[in-house]
Amino acid sequence: MSTNSLKASTNSLQASSTDRGRAGDKIFSGISLAAGILILAVLFSVAVFLLVQAAPIFTADPTEVTGGNGFAPYILPIVIGTVVAAAIALLIATPIGIAVALFISHYAPRRLARAFGYVVDLLAAIPSVIYGAWGYIILAPQLARVYTWLAENLGWIPIFAGPASQTGKTILTAGIVLAVMVIPIITSLSREIFLQTPNLHEEAALAMGATRWEMVRMAVLPFARPGIISATMLGLGRALGETMAVALVLSPGALVGSLVKSGNQTIAAEIALNFPEAFGLRLNELIAAGLVLFVITLVVNMIARFIITRHKEFSGAN
Amino acid sequence: MSKRIDVKDLNVYYSKFLAVEDVNINIEARSVTAFIGPSGCGKSTFLRTLNRMHEVIPGARVEGEVLLDGDNLYADAVDPVTVRGQIGMVFQRPNPFPTMSIRDNVLAGVKLNNKRMSKSDGDDLVEQSLRGANLWNEVKDRLGRPGSGLSGGQQQRLCIARAIAVSPQVILMDEPCSALDPISTLAIEDLINELKADYTVVIVTHNMQQAARVSDKTAFFNIAGTGKPGKLIEYGDTTTIFNKPAQKATEDYVSGRFG
Amino acid sequence: MSANQMLQRRQSQLTRGHLPSYAVWVVLAASVVLGAALASLVGFSVVGWAIISAVVFVLAATLVTAVAEGERKAKDRLVTFLVYGAFLIALLPLVSVIWTVLERGVPGLSYNFLFTSMNGVTGAVDNEAVEGGTPVLGGAYHAVLGTLQITLWATLISVPIGLLTAVYLVEYGSGKGLTKAITFFVDVMTGIPSIVAGLFAAALFALLFGPGTRTGFVAAVALSVLMIPVVVRSTEEMLKIVPNELREASYALGVRKWRTITKVVIPTAISGIASGVTLSIARVIGETAPILVTAGFASSINWNVFSGWMSTLPTFIYYQILTPTSPTSPDPSTQRAWAAALLLILMVMLLNLVARLVARIFAPKTSR
Repeated sequence: MSTNSLKASTNSLQASSTDRGRAGDKIFSGISLAAGILILAVLFSVAVFLLVQAAPIFTADPTEVTGGNGFAPYILPIVIGTVVAAAIALLIATPIGIAVALFISHYAPRRLARAFGYVVDLLAAIPSVIYGAWGYIILAPQLARVYTWLAENLGWIPIFAGPASQTGKTILTAGIVLAVMVIPIITSLSREIFLQTPNLHEEAALAMGATRWEMVRMAVLPFARPGIISATMLGLGRALGETMAVALVLSPGALVGSLVKSGNQTIAAEIALNFPEAFGLRLNELIAAGLVLFVITLVVNMIARFIITRHKEFSGAN
Repeated sequence: MSKRIDVKDLNVYYSKFLAVEDVNINIEARSVTAFIGPSGCGKSTFLRTLNRMHEVIPGARVEGEVLLDGDNLYADAVDPVTVRGQIGMVFQRPNPFPTMSIRDNVLAGVKLNNKRMSKSDGDDLVEQSLRGANLWNEVKDRLGRPGSGLSGGQQQRLCIARAIAVSPQVILMDEPCSALDPISTLAIEDLINELKADYTVVIVTHNMQQAARVSDKTAFFNIAGTGKPGKLIEYGDTTTIFNKPAQKATEDYVSGRFG
Repeated sequence: MSANQMLQRRQSQLTRGHLPSYAVWVVLAASVVLGAALASLVGFSVVGWAIISAVVFVLAATLVTAVAEGERKAKDRLVTFLVYGAFLIALLPLVSVIWTVLERGVPGLSYNFLFTSMNGVTGAVDNEAVEGGTPVLGGAYHAVLGTLQITLWATLISVPIGLLTAVYLVEYGSGKGLTKAITFFVDVMTGIPSIVAGLFAAALFALLFGPGTRTGFVAAVALSVLMIPVVVRSTEEMLKIVPNELREASYALGVRKWRTITKVVIPTAISGIASGVTLSIARVIGETAPILVTAGFASSINWNVFSGWMSTLPTFIYYQILTPTSPTSPDPSTQRAWAAALLLILMVMLLNLVARLVARIFAPKTSR
């Protein structure tokens, strides 16, 4: 052992090692680690800052809160409005989104499938404010006539109860615009999963004489089910948090059961419409509303991610 | 240039798993030593411990000593980067840097370490290294083109040129011909024969004819079963290993494949 | 190999058809006629006619197939129609949006619009433009500048953090608990509503510099919260596909890890990284909600992101539509809004195009 250490001191390999290079390694790994930790810190501080700024509203006198009955009665209707708008969006977007994904992955002519994929990506690239403007100026007036017809002919169903909004700026319109924005999300995620379907399963189904639909139902859909669910959840997260489309398309008001009357409001739109002019306790109130939205979308997204990671482990992907 | 390697009581671990057990071997300077053995016997793992490349895999560690002309690679405060500068390596699949030209690939070891070099010195080094790798005549007119445009055999020789451009003492080759066609393989084998005039060459190969053709000494590694560590079974002159091995296992392996 | 299998699959579908191929067209023609009749009965428009015809066609074609070729083929055909129909329905809004923006945006897209701000443009000016028929004054120059400045700052913040985090995840942290945590929370961050990101930045700066601090920089911080996860994810993917062999080759030459990363790994992946960054810029450049709550609104040019309110194209569009400059004659405002929308879409499309080109042109040429 002692001869060993003696030898080590004259080790030519040690002599030629440069400290400068080693420092470079340390610094570089250090700053990349710092960047990673910074991200965790940012997310953590998002939660903390929102909490701190929201805190006064929970201790404030209920009469000072908008509506005069405290925070819960204020937030509850707009939480419901948010959920209803998102639910409408999902109801429309999920079947269409999945079908479009299926179209691109299994139905469209091979040569065009890529181009169609780009088209759907294009749909995702358009800024939300433009969808909002489109919904405000083009879609809502068109739908107003449909709503009038619905209220006249199907008014006995509570969700179509009249009198219908003459401007068409209702929660149903907001839901439809949201659906348009959510479709590309559901499509692009589902498409990727459909394309991952093991070719062998598909061929096995076809070899049994299955039609294309039977092949899709037997081989593709069961394989993709967890992926579809999480794609839908991510779409839901987007629909819950989307602001501009709703802020422009919905003329807000108190919670109403009818989808074709004006009224209702979502959290995101409530913040966007009121924050620029807000001050004092109203600011805290809106930030608290943002906190509620943050928590809702966080839960939805975490469930989606959980499904994805569990699916990955099961399918042996990666 | 060219140094000998002496390995004493070397154990290689992946986390808790003992991959290679108790290797003792003396590798002469200016010679070609071949490692042979069945798949998974640890010969590649062992080769990678000779220039501390195994450390790239998290959890890999060794016990024992590897001495390069008497200096322990694993002594405290020895920088693996210094070790690798002295003991170069050529890999199973040719891996020229795709973003670099042929010239830049040869100079990669110098340039990536940010050493300054005049253009004429660089030109000399490129020519000398490419000549050393028997590639100069084939690429001298297109040194500015991407290295990935060459054929597989040329790429592998480019990788050898890249390795010798940093003037190492030892060159390790991990199955350098397994991804190549027979003609390219022949070119590499010729090159190995020339390289031993200046370098200590250690080569891992699956191909026993190749070991017989190129090496002066051969080491046979084997494994008792899955989950068991690989061991050095026998080490000696290549002619002895292939004709009169002392161990039964060596004879089985050598004759089984030799037919 | 797989293309071959696809071909076989399609051919087998074709050759097994029993109905003659013109049958579909016959059914289609009949459906259109029937659709017209039904539509006129209800008293609807062209849209109603199209919808009714489509429904009739799908039902009729399925029925005909069921009778002629059996239930299984009918189901298959029905699903095929539905899938194609879904795609057409998804295309409708896209076509409508792009058509609207082009139709209404092009007239307003003048030199004057591009290079003047809204400074001094009041309701009276707009009224005059409408009544006197003079050209619409005022433009989005200030908003374009605001968009560029805020996006630039957001990029300057996000790219180093995102890139380094991805380097940590791929090169240093594999298998560590921290890596899993970062990956998970980056995913979670992707789902943060943009308005919440805006509120976070607003709350942060309110605590640091007093309530009501609204500047371009606050908006840039808000956008960074949205941009960083996108940069991390795309860079991570790109670094992961750099072959390990290149790292090993570099290490074996005695090159240090950090130099290997900066000189070999990142240059190899740079085209993908640049394309991912460009896409992330395209994503945040159209964000509206976070700007509303962080940068306020301005009608004149502001060159300083660190003080004063600032407009961007999205907020410009939003306010021009929701609160026209002249409440009595909103047309000039609407025209400006659509012109700004067209400009914004062009910017986003350009960024997407650049991203694709960068990915294609600068991709390292591999021999495999």
